[in-house]
Amino acid sequence: MSDFLTTLLSSVIFLPALGALLLCIVPIRSDRFIKQFSLAVTAVVFAITLWMAWPASSANEPGRFALGMANMQSMVLHEWIPSWNIYYFLGIDGISFPLALLTSFLSVLAMGASWPIAKHVKGYCVLFLLLETGMLGVFMSLDFFLFYVFWEVMLLPMYFLIGIWGGPRREYAAIKFFLFTLVGSVLLLVAMLMLYFNSDLRLLGPQQLADCRVVETKDAPEVQNILKDAKPVHTFNILALAEMGQAERSPFAQALWLGKSVSWWAFLFMFIGFVIKLPAVPVHTWLPEAHVEAPTPISMILAGVLLKMGGYGVLRFCYPICPDAAYELAWLVCGIGTLSMVYGAFAALAQKDFKRLVAYSSVSHMGYVLLGIGAWSAYAGNNYNADYWMWGMNGAMFQMIAHGLSSAGMFFLVGVIYDRVHHRNLDQFGGLFAKMPLYSGISVGIFFAALGLPGLCGFIGEVFVVLGCWSYSTALAVLAASVVVLTAGYILWTIQRVYLGAEYKGPHGDAITPITFRETAIAVPLLALAVVFGVYPKAMFDYMSPSIDKTVNALADWTRGHEKQKSPGDIIIGGVTPRIIIQEEEEEKLNPMMNDE
Amino acid sequence: MNDEFARSEYCPLTTDHCPLISVNLSDLLQDVLSSTTGPLMGSFRPEVVISITILVILLQRTFLPAWKLGAFYLMLLGLGTAFYFVVPWHGTMEGMKSPPPFTGMLVADSFSVGLRTLLYLFTLLLIPFTQISGVPKREDAAEFYVLVLGALLGMSLMVAANHLIVVLVGMEMASLPCYVLAGWQRNRRFGSEAALKYAVFGAGAAGVMLFGMSLLAGALGSAHLPTMASKLIALFELFPQERSAVVATSGLLMLGGLMLFVGIGFKLAAFPFHFWAPDAFEGASAEVGAFISVASKIAALGLLVRLALAFSAVPDPGALEKLAPAREYLVILISTLAAITCTFGNLAAYGQTNMKRLLAYSTIAHAGYMMMAVAAAVAVAGNADRSGAEEAIASLVVYAGIYLFMNLAAFAGVAFLRNVLGSEDLHEYAGLVRRSPGFTVCMALVMFSLLGLPPLAGFTAKFAVFKALYETGKSPIHALLAIGVLNTVLSLFYYLRVVKVMVIDPEPADRTAPEIPLRSAAGGYFFLLASFMLLLFFFSGGVANWARRAVESLLM
Repeated sequence: MSDFLTTLLSSVIFLPALGALLLCIVPIRSDRFIKQFSLAVTAVVFAITLWMAWPASSANEPGRFALGMANMQSMVLHEWIPSWNIYYFLGIDGISFPLALLTSFLSVLAMGASWPIAKHVKGYCVLFLLLETGMLGVFMSLDFFLFYVFWEVMLLPMYFLIGIWGGPRREYAAIKFFLFTLVGSVLLLVAMLMLYFNSDLRLLGPQQLADCRVVETKDAPEVQNILKDAKPVHTFNILALAEMGQAERSPFAQALWLGKSVSWWAFLFMFIGFVIKLPAVPVHTWLPEAHVEAPTPISMILAGVLLKMGGYGVLRFCYPICPDAAYELAWLVCGIGTLSMVYGAFAALAQKDFKRLVAYSSVSHMGYVLLGIGAWSAYAGNNYNADYWMWGMNGAMFQMIAHGLSSAGMFFLVGVIYDRVHHRNLDQFGGLFAKMPLYSGISVGIFFAALGLPGLCGFIGEVFVVLGCWSYSTALAVLAASVVVLTAGYILWTIQRVYLGAEYKGPHGDAITPITFRETAIAVPLLALAVVFGVYPKAMFDYMSPSIDKTVNALADWTRGHEKQKSPGDIIIGGVTPRIIIQEEEEEKLNPMMNDE
Repeated sequence: MNDEFARSEYCPLTTDHCPLISVNLSDLLQDVLSSTTGPLMGSFRPEVVISITILVILLQRTFLPAWKLGAFYLMLLGLGTAFYFVVPWHGTMEGMKSPPPFTGMLVADSFSVGLRTLLYLFTLLLIPFTQISGVPKREDAAEFYVLVLGALLGMSLMVAANHLIVVLVGMEMASLPCYVLAGWQRNRRFGSEAALKYAVFGAGAAGVMLFGMSLLAGALGSAHLPTMASKLIALFELFPQERSAVVATSGLLMLGGLMLFVGIGFKLAAFPFHFWAPDAFEGASAEVGAFISVASKIAALGLLVRLALAFSAVPDPGALEKLAPAREYLVILISTLAAITCTFGNLAAYGQTNMKRLLAYSTIAHAGYMMMAVAAAVAVAGNADRSGAEEAIASLVVYAGIYLFMNLAAFAGVAFLRNVLGSEDLHEYAGLVRRSPGFTVCMALVMFSLLGLPPLAGFTAKFAVFKALYETGKSPIHALLAIGVLNTVLSLFYYLRVVKVMVIDPEPADRTAPEIPLRSAAGGYFFLLASFMLLLFFFSGGVANWARRAVESLLM
């Protein structure tokens, strides 16, 4: 069974890379065949992930995603670099699997959208496939080192895909993307080292060790070896790191630099690293450049998948591993989230370039994700009730998928019109409904999905986030809700400027032809899913809720323990405590003087 | 432990510590002979083979001048044999412990075995490269190879040095042939300039170093490193009582140490002794550049480790604490220079348009990363648990082993492109991907590996060093880690620029240069080296294990 799972998960990740290798080796001249081959590879990968997602007929079918199971499943563990405790450790749960599915799905569509690419087709397809390997690896790896490797693997193909096949300012955009992401990556690297060297597997019990797959079973002889080791046993295992981070005596709680704990610094470094990718204001500046210059399919991938990695990272690493820092810095997370929402929406309103507008709308929409995750509404006042936070976190996760569909769709639709008229100036569009009725219809549907119209996917995520946030901070919730007005403003205004109006007066008016079959085949599934998830969100919540609820419950429990640990005096003595503290402080002030004498 | 004690007491140049001086002459001779012939037949067999090879190549040149490829084959044979002898095929790197080889002048521990393996492996890889790229010409090959072998001999002495005289002899043996090699292209003006600059700087550095050595040896009354360490401990023991005397001697020692470091810094091209490097690299051919930048740097790092650990880590745990001031001084010295070297190298590489100058600054930066590992090792050398220091030196060995492949590949790429383009200017590389896609992809792999991105070997190297830096748990070393991490970001621009020029920039319309297919000798060789970037990453575990074995008896 383990062998089967290894083959299954590895083939999902490495089939694209294998395809890329084949393309390199086999001398094929036909560009058309290269594209067809690449499309076939992405389609096979999508078929495998779809097979995994299909509800199992029997209770325990290996490889199939078990609905209702909160824990990690389909775990695969092999030694890779034993001398540094690094493992080839894969697995999926309700947080990672929907995103992996989204990745494989969007890869097929983006490959289909790559048909107009005519320059150096072989290089393009090779890099595209390598990129897919990196993306899938990020979502499936459970070893921090392995995760980091995949995270970086995406960098190079993306740099070249923007730098070679991009628009006029492609080189600037590509290097800016590279630089921002690399800064985030090195911070992530430092955080990884910090967590590794402060981790200690001896703090976990046999059952926890088995759950985290550090050992096979809790009775295995290795358990005693670990527990009785004289030195701390370090690990890169993400699950084990999370267990340690949420333990009562967390090894990450000790002070490191400037009086702040390991956990605090690790959280900050990881958060910056992920937020760059997300992206959130003020580190979002690479995104408009990269999106505007990137070719259409790469914009789809960038908006649909790469941005989600930021949110995934925050959800998988920052919160479970460093809860105390996350609790302390919840205001920062929520503040940055809200700032991104507001700033992104205003910036989108001001844009003249169609693609840049969509790019800023991404900044605004990803802000919801941060706000949903960050609104820590399990606190003493509501007796650590995790329900609201669950709404927020589920909403954030749903928003990631919804935005993956709608933003990829929007970028594709912008690309469709750009291929015809070769400009993106919003002031020079108008009247497309008359010339491209089907295209305009689909566009309006997908733009409404992004707007958050009830009945379409964007609505669910936003409303859950705002509801979850209400109990944490009413002001932020009101602010978040009012951003919807701004969103409606720029989207409706865009629809009016581009699709409505009497006739198209911009350049290349003759080139406007109705949408082709290929283009329809890419846009319609996106719109269809936007409608399905808007009408029946349970289809997605079934997959992700158990895992997210488990994460949130664990964090809420942790908060309860943390608060009690922090202030036991308050509960027992009540009002007497402050005086004692003052007395102690006065004594401390006196002490140094006495020593000097 | 007992062997170590015997070695530290066994010192031919000081009378008061040496029990042998009281025995008669024939016993002494007997002892010297046994401590010399033993290692010559044992741990130092590779060096004997190298010496014989030098002789045979010179004889072949005299008696069989018609055999044009003779020097090449003899060189391969000799180096291969030496490599066979130096590699510890049985897994353990336990060298010779007792009696101390060459009356204690050299050490034959796992570290010397490990680094010599790297040096021999590197030269073994370099020889086919010189043959493919055509520098040296066949008629000059004998002299070229003899010089390389002579330098290699000196480098072997450097990494096994246990005595200041050997340090000096090794450094000079390694340097002199390199001066000649730097000026190998006689008819090029830049070649002569390179050689002259290198030689003048080298002579100056050697003079300063010699002065520093005389200060150290004079103040401590010995030139044998373990004896010097025990004298130093004795000196520190006097501290509270004879304060002024200790302070005066310490000042002298600090000055001596600094001057000694000038010599090593010169070989490492560490800031501020790096001025020769860009000019020498630009003037010398890329083949020589590869040799100087890799072999001589690995040897200099080995020597730095030897000298730094000799005064910061002694086998006796009781004495270990007393060396704290020496460690403090060394950590400040090495880490400051490492930080500046690394940052300077990366910043200076920005403006370069000549590939060899760019690589010269890149090697300066890499020397900085490697020196960081030495600083980390010294910082934790005082711990009773030696695994921290061992881990740091092991990370250095990992870095050196991977750097060997990366830098050789980078210089090989430059040399092969010079052969077809007739230029080493970066802008001449524009759009090479159109003509030689395979070669360009390999070059991109090498550049990204130098930058240190996964899944390439350069990342393993950086990860190992950064890991060791963090593991020390000391805030000055953590500051070094921050600087190292920042430098990785800084170095992005110039490595990426090379790739950008080759891949994204348009090809000049008037290019007539032929392509380099991967199926040619040059392409195949380059592909092989570039594939090591991936292989060494995926088998990082093997590299790490090997490095760990290479340090297992260093601190014992």
